[in-house]
Amino acid sequence: MEETPSAAPKRELALVSHATYVKEKALRYLFFACAFLAVVTVILIFAFTTYSAFPVFTDIGLANFFSLTWAPSEGEYGIVSLLAGSGLVTVGALVMGVPLGVGTAVYLVEIASDRVRKIISPAVDLLAGIPSIIYGFFGMVIIRPFVAQISDGLGFGALTAWFVLAIMIVPTITTLTMDALNSIPMGIREASYAMGATKWQTIYKVVLPAAKLGIVDAIVLGMGRAIGETMAVLMVVGNAPVIPSSIASPISTLTSQIALDMSYSSGLHRSALFGMGVVLFIISATLVGIVRLISKKRR
Amino acid sequence: MSVYQSAPTPESSAIIAKDFDFWYGDFHALTGLDVNIARNKITAFIGPSGCGKSTFLRCMNRMNDLIEGTHVSGSMSLDGNNIYAPGVDPVDLRRRVGMIFQQPNPFPKSIYENVAFGPRLQGVTSKSDLDDIVEESLKRANLWKEVSNQLSKDGLALSGGQQQRLCIARVLAVQPDVLLMDEPCSAIDPTSVQKVEDLMAELAPEMTIIIVTHSMQQAARISDYTAFFLQEVAGEPATLIEYGQTDAIFTSPMDRRTEDYITGRFG
Repeated sequence: MEETPSAAPKRELALVSHATYVKEKALRYLFFACAFLAVVTVILIFAFTTYSAFPVFTDIGLANFFSLTWAPSEGEYGIVSLLAGSGLVTVGALVMGVPLGVGTAVYLVEIASDRVRKIISPAVDLLAGIPSIIYGFFGMVIIRPFVAQISDGLGFGALTAWFVLAIMIVPTITTLTMDALNSIPMGIREASYAMGATKWQTIYKVVLPAAKLGIVDAIVLGMGRAIGETMAVLMVVGNAPVIPSSIASPISTLTSQIALDMSYSSGLHRSALFGMGVVLFIISATLVGIVRLISKKRR
Repeated sequence: MSVYQSAPTPESSAIIAKDFDFWYGDFHALTGLDVNIARNKITAFIGPSGCGKSTFLRCMNRMNDLIEGTHVSGSMSLDGNNIYAPGVDPVDLRRRVGMIFQQPNPFPKSIYENVAFGPRLQGVTSKSDLDDIVEESLKRANLWKEVSNQLSKDGLALSGGQQQRLCIARVLAVQPDVLLMDEPCSAIDPTSVQKVEDLMAELAPEMTIIIVTHSMQQAARISDYTAFFLQEVAGEPATLIEYGQTDAIFTSPMDRRTEDYITGRFG
């Protein structure tokens, strides 16, 4: 008899048990379903909105839809004045909110001591958590009378919305700008100080240029927030669907007009509201696209 | 007490620390430093990690001011002026005492803008002046040949060794009297190390250079004077153990701890 050199019996490698296999697979599909839901929702909402807006193309016509007059009772469905209102409100909010938000972020990341940061940082986060109806209320009761006084009108209009929206977009802009600033390596700041730069020179000539793309990102997302805001704007702009004649005269925006009319509208009027929804959808998709492009470039 | 072997005299020194102590908040990091740094020579600071050599280096351009809660006692003078005297502007001090860091840290700007940064801060605006300074500085840093046709390229696109020489060019552009180098070669490849060391030798005749290094060979190769620092007990302040001409320190150290360190018995 010949003995094999290794007589010890070798244990075979265990096979994956059926239960483990099923569980792993099931979890995999479960998580996939979660992620997929987001995509499906976007597609469904877009499809539904576009479908409901279809009469805009067939019955109202794009010429009517993109005309100046919004008077649904007379068959005029022009959204240009509302687009102009949204544009005016957004641009003003950015002009006021961007310096405020970026300035806050620069202060918190570059200047403030730990103690101050621990007080201000949560306050900024809290701003993001305040319901927009509260902002609207605040705008109506506190800011509107102030605007009324300086403008010799009722105070309903773009200017009041600027103040309200500027504060509302600060958390978005501040948080994202802080992320951008924090991602700048400490060594670059040290290099700047070691070259004899002052704190301000370091912020202005080194840190901000280095964080440029991240800050643009923050501004674009803040812009998205401003365009999409409905309730707070509705409460302070006066809701007159006309081309803005001054920053303190009543105007209306896409979102506020949809919110106002949706409950009672029917027929072509309702379709036009959905058409405005599609326009908003395209605007925000474009903004998201811009942000995507920027983050790609940053890497 | 520190041991001195033919250390520089005050007359031949650019920087003089007297009875110098340093604290990070409550932590007493350095104590009793009496060091003369020879003008237009290369001085190496050696010692194990945590011995305070980088901290001491960063006291020389007051970079530690940027850390909350630090303070000093004793005196540190540059060309006879106490740099910690009340009212002294650290910004002006840093223009005269340049610094190179362990990690090359070019700005995320073009090569040209990196080198032009210091002169621009000092108010140079003429394009032709800046062009001259940039070219001259890159030449002195032995980087000109490699980058002369791509000055608009991002400084971060260069290799690690090139980035370090770019940082040196950036400092040279403001013509400092003193160059502090905090382990400038530990994050770059050996060929680049050679280039940086050659560069230091070229600069030394007209510039006071202080280098913190973990490489004993590097200290022995390039420096004229060597200072050995040590923190003997954890939690206690570190101090200067032995200081003097590099040859003497490496061939006949007088303190047993210096000998143990340079012969590789600890650290």
